[in-house]
Amino acid sequence: MKMNLEVEVVENGSTTNVLLAGEIDAYTVPKLKEALLPLTERQNQLIEVNLEQVNYMDSTGLGVFISALKSTKQYKSELKLIRLQDKVKRLFEITGLDSIITIDSTVRGGNV
Amino acid sequence: MKLFDFIEIKVPAKPEYVGMVRLSTSGVANRMGFSYEEIEDLKVAISEAMTNAVTHAYEKREEGEVTVGFGVYQDRLEVMVADHGGSFDLGRVKQEIGPYRQTESIENLREGGFGLFLIDALMDKVEIKNDYGVIVLMTKFLHENEVGLDDDQISTTQ
Repeated sequence: MKMNLEVEVVENGSTTNVLLAGEIDAYTVPKLKEALLPLTERQNQLIEVNLEQVNYMDSTGLGVFISALKSTKQYKSELKLIRLQDKVKRLFEITGLDSIITIDSTVRGGNV
Repeated sequence: MKLFDFIEIKVPAKPEYVGMVRLSTSGVANRMGFSYEEIEDLKVAISEAMTNAVTHAYEKREEGEVTVGFGVYQDRLEVMVADHGGSFDLGRVKQEIGPYRQTESIENLREGGFGLFLIDALMDKVEIKNDYGVIVLMTKFLHENEVGLDDDQISTTQ
């Protein structure tokens, strides 16, 4: 059955950008975990996960980001979630996880 | 006159069917007139219950099925998610649900511990029955026209 999650990794020096698109649920989450966790197991990295194109997420996604957070801390790296849709951001707020995971939902202004 | 319509879906207890049940939920809730945000809440809550059922079946290595029932009432949607596998320790589960508190160390965070907490937070009423398999019964009320109805009630009682 078609898996509705795309993961794109762009390495840029000490920053790694992870672009996600689609749905994060029990079916797709192994794919995310497989791609994201190895990136967090390196020293002094910034892992920036862009969730702008994620239109569904549940506690399975929260679980992976908790694992990634633990792992980055262990390797003295940093995890940052950016551009979350409101409905996704809300889950971090309800669960209180927004107090320990760095979340930046502001959309870059650019030259508009 | 029938008090409610009932829709039942039976799917294999496999993660690839969680999305399908979510789509069905979205369809039912949309036709009932739930708001965009409420539909998102319902999608998450039902997916969490499905994920529990599917994980449970996987741990027990069962080729089971999950039954999802939608009770469509005029003022609410009741969703039942039932897995007919074994049972789980309800007391333990209740102890484990709750939001993250800053006094807890990150190392102790439960990676899979937010599912039932989210169901509870996103639905109006949640019951878990543990007699035969696990049945999660969730209710969400329709709030459309609430203001108008309240107004009427106030004017008639005055």
